[in-house]
Amino acid sequence: METFLGLDYPTWWFLVIGALFSGYAILDGFDFGAGAWHLFFEKEHSRRVALNAVGPVWDGNEVWLVIGGGALFAGFPVLYATLFSSMYVPFMLFLVCIIFRAISIEFRGKEEMQWWRRTWDIGYSVSSILLAFLLGVILGNVLQGIAIGPQYQYQGAGFFEFLNPYALMTGTTTLALFMVHGAIYLLLKTEGRLFTKLTLLLKKSIIFFMLSFGITTLYTLLYIPHLSDAFKNNSILFAVPLATFFSIANVPRLAKKGKYRGAFFFSCVTIALLLTLVAIELYPTLLFSTVDPTYSIDVYNAAASTKTLRIMMLMVAIGGPLVLGYTYFVYRTFRGKVILDETSY
Amino acid sequence: MDVEILARIQFAFTIAFHYIYPPLSIGLGLVMVVFESLYIRTKNEEYHVLAKFWTKIFALTFGIGVVTGIVMEFEFGTNWAVYSRYVGDIFGSALAAEGIFAFALESGFLGVLLFGWNRVKPWVHLVSTIGVFLGSMFSAIWIVVANSWQQTPAGYHIVGEGFNARAEITDFWAMVFNPSSVDRILHVWLGAFLAGAFLILSVHAYYILKGRFVAISKKAFKLTLVVATIFSLGQLVTGHSSADGVAKNQPAKLAAMEGHFDASGPADMYLLGWVDKQNQEVTGLKIPGGLSFLIDYDFEAPVTGLNAFPEEDRPSQLNAVFQFYHLMITIGMFLIALSLYACFQWWRGKLFDKRWLLWTFVVTAFLPQIANQVGWFAAEMGRQPWVVYGLLRTSDAFSQAVSANQVLFSLILFMVVYTLLFLLFVYLLNKKIKHGPYDDSEESDRPLTKEITGVLTGN
Ligand code: HDD
Ligand code: HEM
Ligand code: HEM
Repeated sequence: METFLGLDYPTWWFLVIGALFSGYAILDGFDFGAGAWHLFFEKEHSRRVALNAVGPVWDGNEVWLVIGGGALFAGFPVLYATLFSSMYVPFMLFLVCIIFRAISIEFRGKEEMQWWRRTWDIGYSVSSILLAFLLGVILGNVLQGIAIGPQYQYQGAGFFEFLNPYALMTGTTTLALFMVHGAIYLLLKTEGRLFTKLTLLLKKSIIFFMLSFGITTLYTLLYIPHLSDAFKNNSILFAVPLATFFSIANVPRLAKKGKYRGAFFFSCVTIALLLTLVAIELYPTLLFSTVDPTYSIDVYNAAASTKTLRIMMLMVAIGGPLVLGYTYFVYRTFRGKVILDETSY
Repeated sequence: MDVEILARIQFAFTIAFHYIYPPLSIGLGLVMVVFESLYIRTKNEEYHVLAKFWTKIFALTFGIGVVTGIVMEFEFGTNWAVYSRYVGDIFGSALAAEGIFAFALESGFLGVLLFGWNRVKPWVHLVSTIGVFLGSMFSAIWIVVANSWQQTPAGYHIVGEGFNARAEITDFWAMVFNPSSVDRILHVWLGAFLAGAFLILSVHAYYILKGRFVAISKKAFKLTLVVATIFSLGQLVTGHSSADGVAKNQPAKLAAMEGHFDASGPADMYLLGWVDKQNQEVTGLKIPGGLSFLIDYDFEAPVTGLNAFPEEDRPSQLNAVFQFYHLMITIGMFLIALSLYACFQWWRGKLFDKRWLLWTFVVTAFLPQIANQVGWFAAEMGRQPWVVYGLLRTSDAFSQAVSANQVLFSLILFMVVYTLLFLLFVYLLNKKIKHGPYDDSEESDRPLTKEITGVLTGN
């Protein structure tokens, strides 16, 4: 197999997709998190400020999902096809929530009536919560494996099978993580009473996250042994969970001191490290078969042709810096606390 | 109903709904760039007001375009798993290129376009508007490349057999510039420009008729009329060259579009007609030998007809393809006639004197939309029974793992959600149009907003 800098192309592409999904989780993570808190703010003014904190950036954040999806389609067509057709119902719900969330943001401010705003407030918050949760559920199922038979065909029972205990745990943990992340983001963007309120909410959400993360980790170690194989075989990899632990610990430490920029930095790092853990646990498998390991989908049997992977690497090399450039430009333009004007939501 | 039919209905429904919005976003984007550039060059506040007004409407179409587009991207995996595996190498790369090169550009600058009026310098804002517009043009390129490859595959080879068969790229640029992509990109772009331009014409014609925002509307109307005239003429050119391409590359589709059954014989061109599939007859108003002439400049030239293909390789919905295709052309001709006539009246200095003409423009906003929809329906239904022309059949392409009930569930879900979305869209569009570019409750017809008055009087 052809290699590039010592790694074969499917492995490179695994890393690229990992990076894209981490970028997505970090960016949409804070805006799902911010949305999840929305109903906790009672004043109309607070809600507007919180909404406008994500106003100019949520669409750009979602593009990472679009790019990640396209990259998965191009790089690992087999995984794209099997994953999405097997988890048909969860993904359809995910898409519908994406729609509701976007239109709630978009339409809330278009009318003055209270019932109108309340409806969209609920739409925004509930869909944000469900989205974070569903992402976690999907992740949990990928980690555990699903019932794939011959010819990459899903043979399981469908929707309710995906709501198993482990997936519910990963779902809850993801939601908790995004809520921490979102609360810190909002702290960077707000002032006054909303700010004070958020400092309290942040404390609670950190405890909530620690608890659910601890339980999930324990369950993983006890009941899903195939996920710790990589660590047993290569002890250097233990550095990653260690770094993750350190990074998580920094979040409350810096938050307590009021250093929210630092805390935000570490909550971003935490998300990236957690996904790195996932990547290590999986590689080279992408989707375990619970029917028979020989039916599992891995980076080699799922990959597109080497030629396509090479073209795509080139695209990422050219496009990646551009994407980062636009992202930097928007965040710079809207840096600092939220200021409402006539163009705001 | 079986999974295949349901999946097809769902795909057609969601894409047709999606395709209401992108053409508007692309077309409005173009005119917004024109307004804003004029503002920067002339410093005339009127253009600023226009640019801001249309940006608000753009925000509405763009938002819905984005969310319905995300559905499309994942629907290939959820409903067309076999297809996705088969074409992932090719289709996937076009879709990924779309994400990286187009959507990122678009949504990166979108925030500044919508919320940055007071935050960045005017020229930076213009750059953002141009960025969003270019992004939307690029996204049309890549998605149409992907679709054109399905219509006229090139630059690939097939590896594996049976279940494992799939198309792999051999030549990237041959894949991108497959025989139909250039024609179709141009045709799709122009269709989008027309959708945007005629919406703007419609709204400003309405203001003029109602005696509101008259001065500013006349300005906007004239400028946009130029855009509409150029591109409706252009659409005839790109449409003709698309038809030429279809004749060469997809003869069965062309035969279906004109209802030409004879395996090889002179073909007529219909202005209107009705296809009787059973008796292989078309009744209607025709130019005998017209199609032969368009293709070979000879009324007698033989054209390959439907009977040259085995039954199972012909599109099944012949009358639908025929009607959709002809409706598009009729609308195209009407747009040309209308815009040329309006230009003539403008030249005579009577453009705004004819109320019936303005009323015609008010309702014409729907026509490019309809043409865009039926154009796609003709192109896609004419491609059947193939998903990838000549390579993969639609009946082989859907997800085996998904049950009919699941698709029915999602189809109903989308129908409910999209109906709600559409009602909201119409309601808010109407509200924004009723409100207009500035608050005219006090000064009824002066292109000065309170804001500008504020600037002029210095407070
Ligand atoms: C890039 C790909 C692509 C693009 C841009 C479009 N389509 Fe398409 N279309 C497909 C890819 C496709 C497909 C995946 O190939 C389908 C799904 C099932 C099939 O037979 O072809 C299809 C089917 C399909 C059908 C069902 C045909 C039938 O079952 O007889 C309709 C009506 C449309 N499309 C309509 C549209 C419209 C209105 C579009 C405008 C945006 C459009 N398509 C763009
Ligand atoms: C099956 C085909 C299609 C797929 C898979 C698809 C996919 C998508 C996706 C994922 C988005 C959201 C991107 C974002 O987050 O910004 C989107 C929006 C968009 N799409 Fe599509 N699309 C399809 C058809 C088309 C066609 C035919 C065109 C144009 C000719 C088009 C033009 C656009 C544009 C301009 C946007 C930006 C939003 C807007 O302007 O409203 N799409 N599409
Ligand atoms: C004026 C005469 C026109 C002619 C001769 C014409 C011709 C064609 C042809 C032959 C196709 C099929 C291309 C293919 O399947 O590869 C097509 C498709 C299409 N047409 Fe037209 N067209 C005309 C006007 C219009 C107008 C006015 C619009 C919209 C405002 C429009 C929008 C479309 C769209 C969206 C498609 C589908 C995309 C594509 O296949 O290119 N057309 N047209």
